[in-house]
Amino acid sequence: MMVFGRLGRMTLRGIEQFGDATMLALQALALMFRRPWQGKHFVLQLYALGVGSLAIIIITGAFTGMVLALQGYYTLAKFGSESLLGAGVGMSIIRELGPVLGAFMVIGRAGSSITAEIGIMRVTEQTDALEMMAVNPKQRIILPRIVAVTLALPLLVSLFDVVGIGAGYLVGVDLLGVNPGAYMAELIAKIGMHDMYGGWVKTVVFGFLIGVICTYMGYRAEPTTEGVAKATTQAVVIASVSVLIIDYVLTSFFL
Amino acid sequence: MIRGEQLSKQFGDVMALSPTDIHIREGAITAIMGGSGSGKTTLLRLLAGLEKPTSGHIWYGDEDLCAISDRRLYQLREQMGMLFQYSALLNSLNVYDNVAFPLHEHTDLDESVIRTMVMMKLEQVGLRGFEHLMPSELSGGMAKRVAFARAIAMDPRIVFFDEPTSGLDPISAGVITTLIADTSRKNRMTSIVVTHDVGAGLSIADHVILLWQGRIIAEGPPQSIRDSDDERVQQFLEGRPDGPIPFSRSTTSYIDDLTHKPGTVRMKS
Repeated sequence: MMVFGRLGRMTLRGIEQFGDATMLALQALALMFRRPWQGKHFVLQLYALGVGSLAIIIITGAFTGMVLALQGYYTLAKFGSESLLGAGVGMSIIRELGPVLGAFMVIGRAGSSITAEIGIMRVTEQTDALEMMAVNPKQRIILPRIVAVTLALPLLVSLFDVVGIGAGYLVGVDLLGVNPGAYMAELIAKIGMHDMYGGWVKTVVFGFLIGVICTYMGYRAEPTTEGVAKATTQAVVIASVSVLIIDYVLTSFFL
Repeated sequence: MIRGEQLSKQFGDVMALSPTDIHIREGAITAIMGGSGSGKTTLLRLLAGLEKPTSGHIWYGDEDLCAISDRRLYQLREQMGMLFQYSALLNSLNVYDNVAFPLHEHTDLDESVIRTMVMMKLEQVGLRGFEHLMPSELSGGMAKRVAFARAIAMDPRIVFFDEPTSGLDPISAGVITTLIADTSRKNRMTSIVVTHDVGAGLSIADHVILLWQGRIIAEGPPQSIRDSDDERVQQFLEGRPDGPIPFSRSTTSYIDDLTHKPGTVRMKS
């Protein structure tokens, strides 16, 4: 019985947090078209979160493309279909691995720092100081970060896709001897705009989700050192799991 | 000017502030004093609108702070300043930008005018020439002084001070206390100072409110507080460990705890 009780409390807590996070995000988004405009802060966040994640996205994209080409080549070779390598690498990256791995990298690199930064601002009363200086923290802190992650992720994942496909080309064509014309021709022939749209929609949804979860966890972190550490860990775990769950839902929708 | 009507605040099972009526006079320095955990900071945060009361009302003139819109609350806050206990400087901004922050946010003044105003405030707190430093490069006393300069940057009508001298050396504490008194008198500011520094509180305040266990136990001009025949007031002012205000907060028997009687100390099995 104790197990059920605990499970029930956890469920209720989860529902409560979901509602609270939704309300916080809606309150922040409602302030988007209200003065003072947060354009400058949005650009600063876009730079910090987007440019700051470039290196990790390029490295992850490159190695994902390379390992896909390696694995794909030896699997396809068994059926004499090496020429399909370009399509295999491209489709895997654009439809699935780019959005999901890109989201994971942004959660680890930018999401965790968003939670920790906002949590520390709470601990050190900086958000209260903003309130007392008649600056709404939801408009100044939450809103620019949610919008910046939502817009940065599609751009970063596009880069991930290009780098991944390029790295796959290098391994497939230059290392394993796949015909370059066949690699590119299959890539172009098999990947349609439908696949691209699916990838973009996923990245926008993931970006929004990451922004909401990470800002919420920081804003509602218990105002202690341990509370901020716990909130940061929880933000990474909840955002990652949410990305995988939503990925399944969106994939089933787009297939 | 500011009135609290049957104000109370409860956190979980803990009643931090019991229903209290309070009146803050315009242009005066009000010191809210009391021991740790007596509800001083809770009362200050309620008056500043940083916490919502569990019950009661806070009146700013004829406006109820608990009933006004967020937009109106932010308009009112443009006339307020606050010095936080741990300064609460914005970590990502240097001293200049911290002090200039409210001016940048709420005025259309030219940068050269803002610069002049910031320099005047920094001169007032004795930190002109330190405007390039980041908050992490400041000592506790310097950070408090920068926070003070920021709190008065807009020449507010009301300033809240939360433990302005805690953790400071005597010289820094003296400087901050003098600054509060001088600035309040010169600018005819309404200052609400939360402190457990008896000397500082009584020396600068026009009106003193003494709290104990979330209730007001004495209030009036400093002299009437000094002359109070309430044992709790005298114990607090003299800092005596023995008296009606117990030093120990423990509710269980010390002997029972030491002898590990069941139900008194939880032991790991």
